[in-house]
Amino acid sequence: MANVAVKMAVSPPGTRRSVSTWQRVSVSKPWLAVWFMLPTALILGLFLAFPLVKGIWLSFTDTRIGRPGAFVGLENYLWLWDDSVFWLSVFNTLLYTGVASVVKFAIGLYLALLLNKHIPFKSLIRSIVLIPFVVPTVLSAIAFWWIFDSQFSIISWSLRQMGLIEQNINFLGDANWARACVIFANIWRGIPFIAITLLAGLQTVSPSLYEAATIDGATPWQIFTRITLPLLTPIIAVVMTFSVLFTFTDFQLIWAMTRGGPVNATHLMATLSYQRGILSNQLGEGAAIATAMVPFLLGAIMISWFGLQRRAWQHGGSDS
Amino acid sequence: MSVIASATQGGRIHADHSEGMAYLETLPRRIVTTYIPLGLILIVLLFPFYWMVLTAIKPDEQLIDMQRYNPFWVVSPTLKHVNKLLFETQYPRWLWNTMYVSVAATALSLLASVLAAYAIVRIRYKGANWIGGAIFLGYLVPPSILFIPLATIIQQYGLFDSPLALILAYPTILIPFSTWLLMGYFKTIPYELEECALIDGASRLQILTKIILPLAVPGLISAAIFSLTLCWNEFIYALTFLSSTNNKTVPVAIVSEFVDGDIYRWGSLMAGALVGSLPLVILYSFFVDYYVSAMTGAVKE
Repeated sequence: MANVAVKMAVSPPGTRRSVSTWQRVSVSKPWLAVWFMLPTALILGLFLAFPLVKGIWLSFTDTRIGRPGAFVGLENYLWLWDDSVFWLSVFNTLLYTGVASVVKFAIGLYLALLLNKHIPFKSLIRSIVLIPFVVPTVLSAIAFWWIFDSQFSIISWSLRQMGLIEQNINFLGDANWARACVIFANIWRGIPFIAITLLAGLQTVSPSLYEAATIDGATPWQIFTRITLPLLTPIIAVVMTFSVLFTFTDFQLIWAMTRGGPVNATHLMATLSYQRGILSNQLGEGAAIATAMVPFLLGAIMISWFGLQRRAWQHGGSDS
Repeated sequence: MSVIASATQGGRIHADHSEGMAYLETLPRRIVTTYIPLGLILIVLLFPFYWMVLTAIKPDEQLIDMQRYNPFWVVSPTLKHVNKLLFETQYPRWLWNTMYVSVAATALSLLASVLAAYAIVRIRYKGANWIGGAIFLGYLVPPSILFIPLATIIQQYGLFDSPLALILAYPTILIPFSTWLLMGYFKTIPYELEECALIDGASRLQILTKIILPLAVPGLISAAIFSLTLCWNEFIYALTFLSSTNNKTVPVAIVSEFVDGDIYRWGSLMAGALVGSLPLVILYSFFVDYYVSAMTGAVKE
């Protein structure tokens, strides 16, 4: 009790002033903050910040599992620069992220607008929409693996029954088909997140704006581009940053469906990093591939940051 | 919390509004512009699960004979695959590992985030806002760029192939998001409550456990549910840090232990995927609103 009083400086002068060092350390404001922040600081420091720095250091060494490496300068990066598989993985990652993000955004926004209408069983449908996001990615990826099976694919079967194709499509065995399939699976998995977060954003838009626009004779398209989209911009910026970030660094979907094959056609930078770093035991080279992802991620975060800056003037603030 | 509250209440407010404007659309028009596209999207979103369930209960001969049996349906379903999974493989063990790691990591990160969020919002030490921002940045660091250095660190600490490695590594994914979510909740609790308690002689820890936490229960549930899902879903750390079959989690075990050349493997694979997803889906169905507020709350703050 006295401790609190001393700290708050509300105790009248003359009451117990002599506090032991332990008491001061356990309750004084700066120390209290330190105690409260300690668990978070320890965990994030040891398992997030330290590995981040160590990863960059490892990329300049030739470390292997169980053997500390020597500093080799830019050797890993020079090696990767001449490695066509690495560049293929960069191309795949950009293609995967670009196509999947654009389609996810378009369909996600469309679905959010549909769910924002007056429909029966609205909350039930909203819960169902989120299920692909709740089910572990690997487990749904396995289901897609089965759907895209070369022999027993249900899609090939249906197309054959309809007489559209003669032979089964070798979905995961052909380079371009395999790319299309993993991108499709990624879109499928990402749409719920985008749709539901954008729906939450849509619900904060005041209905009176729509009513006023309708009375003024605005077309639905005008209402969408002049009211909905501008008001949604800040939340779109955040949602798409997350989406781009996690699509770019995706690992599990690819690993469960194709493991980077056929002939590296679906290797992303993350899967190549795992294959080189852990499976082939070239920790340094794997770390270099992972580090090479960082500039792209920073770029995505910067773009979103400038997207968020626009928030200020939209809420009547100055355009600083 | 105002944002989160408005997200959950917004639905109700908004429903009135749509009803108000919906008369402008005729029924045939609404079928074409709303119900058909919505139906199509829902079918595509749910088909893989239908396929998963169907495959898991199909007898083997129906799985591969698509001429005599319609593949979209099942005649005389069987629990053979589920049985085989539960009694002939180590699946229960993997399920237990997954639960154990998820619950422990969630508990650890909730504890750390409650303390950190309270300190940032209420003790308001110098630089608290900067620290809050830095913690949020942790949310943007993906595991795929950390797993190699983290593997060497785990090895050095002697935690390789131990569930403890995951219990300590997962909070790096969970803490940033839970701290951010809880900060939002704590901010909405009136400061006066706390001042009264301070004057009455309560310590900070007492204030936190007796006043703040009971008022922030919805936030705690949201953070816990979302954290559990993230842990259950995590793959790359579990794949890298665990090596023995006994210690694996469900996602890793399914990918590495079930994949043999057997043409009949699909039944048990799909059963494994189904049984591995069910606990999460059941949990989710009880806490949908908390889940949605966790997902949208962290983004909207």
